[in-house]
Amino acid sequence: MLQTPVPLPQPRKFGESNRQDAWWLQPIVVFLGLSAFIVYSTWAAFQGTDYLFTGGGADYLSPFYSPEIFGDSGHAIFGPKPEIWPAWLPFSPALLILWAPGGFRFTCYYYRGAYYKAFWADPSNCSVGEPKARSCYRGENSLPLILQNIHRYFLYIALGFIVLLAWDAWKAMWFEDASGVEHFGIGVGSIVLTINVFLLSGYTFGCHVLRHMVGGKFKTISDKPAHKKAYECVTCLNKRHMLFAWLSLFWVGFTDFYVRMCATGSWTDWRIF
Amino acid sequence: MGQVTFKIWRGEGDEGHFEEYQTEVSEGMVVLDAIHAIQSDDASDLAVRWNCKAGKCGSCSAEINGMPKLMCMTRLSSLDLDNPIIIEPMKAFPLMKDLVTDVSWNYEAKKSIKPFKPCKPDAPDGTWRMQQEDVERAQEFRKCIECYLCQNVCHVLRDHHDHAEYIGPAFLVKTAAFEMHPLDEENRTLDLKDEQGIGYCNITKCCTKVCPEHITITDNAIIPLKERVVDEFYDPLKKLFRIFKPK
Repeated sequence: MLQTPVPLPQPRKFGESNRQDAWWLQPIVVFLGLSAFIVYSTWAAFQGTDYLFTGGGADYLSPFYSPEIFGDSGHAIFGPKPEIWPAWLPFSPALLILWAPGGFRFTCYYYRGAYYKAFWADPSNCSVGEPKARSCYRGENSLPLILQNIHRYFLYIALGFIVLLAWDAWKAMWFEDASGVEHFGIGVGSIVLTINVFLLSGYTFGCHVLRHMVGGKFKTISDKPAHKKAYECVTCLNKRHMLFAWLSLFWVGFTDFYVRMCATGSWTDWRIF
Repeated sequence: MGQVTFKIWRGEGDEGHFEEYQTEVSEGMVVLDAIHAIQSDDASDLAVRWNCKAGKCGSCSAEINGMPKLMCMTRLSSLDLDNPIIIEPMKAFPLMKDLVTDVSWNYEAKKSIKPFKPCKPDAPDGTWRMQQEDVERAQEFRKCIECYLCQNVCHVLRDHHDHAEYIGPAFLVKTAAFEMHPLDEENRTLDLKDEQGIGYCNITKCCTKVCPEHITITDNAIIPLKERVVDEFYDPLKKLFRIFKPK
């Protein structure tokens, strides 16, 4: 066991720092960005309607509702809401699935560092004093934060979501005519859903855990060419993990918003061809 | 560039205060040059540790305008000279005098890392062969100059004073250098979890931000080590596979 050197300087008070830059700006932006997303996605998830746009033969499914396990749209895997569903429990197809991508982001190494600063002030920013009341710090060494180590399991599910959302984006490129025949085409919604898949892939395939699994865990990698290539690719995305984390967060919210606006008739989905 | 005001921490142990000094600065000067000018002209008893003046010895670590930096690598032109420049000692270690802290805790902490344990030589002449691409990862960590700026900015040590539980980012880098070395065959994951408290790191990335050698401490050293600990202790599926894996 290590020893604590004494006497150590008194820790600074909450928010105390000699930094002369706007150190408070980053945690505030993160706080507002994440809060806005949480509020919007919770609201959207509880709506349970307007998540599918079929106008003009389109087939745009909101990513908040994909895969639709139970529901009223044609996308539902197991049909409508089960009859045994308690009447007092709110139902929405999104509530059945959003725990998975939500958990993936909540346990993500980038987001952890970001929201510990923005929501817990632990610390607010580098070399800035913390709230005095928090006398016993345990970090991620004990409950509840030790559960962050579950991140790899959320990754497995998130990889499956990428496949499903890619399928949705592909389906969004096929438009049904009056006779029921599908034709390939591109609408603004097709582009919105496709960008969503690319950004979510950039975020998911840059995951620190994936980087560890495909190559980081090995002592030598020169004798494993497939792992080496995968490790290099994941590392390349991992360097931009923060960028993809924010872009994909914004875009997945916007994709839902776009589909919702089209479904309610507030926006028109323009067909490019 | 003219006269610039410096607010420098003066004192010993628990006692201390900022004192203001003015000195003439010129193009190309670094903070350490200004400190030496003040020491020469106004405060001959000002204590400051320094050695190479080239950012390689890691001696002149301090906090400049609240951010941990090497004084010898911080150009005055990068600072706002219209306001006083605040220079104070590191906050995660006991203060000896003025800008000098006692960093000896780090030497003790370092001893808790299991040393490099090479595998059997793979060449008939009793030597080893390794590929550059295998050793590359560990080479990044060899750039560490042990300035302890990362230890200083780490809030686990700086604010929570958990020196007894957490070894700090500098020595997680050291451990990563061994763990990721292609010839090393020691297992350090149990030590990382229990003795060296890797779980205390909550990934603020402040250590990466202040590293003067630009080592990507969090992403390349700490998180991969955390994942090795997860592999061994916190992944129930892996544990199950290990039980049923044929020996």
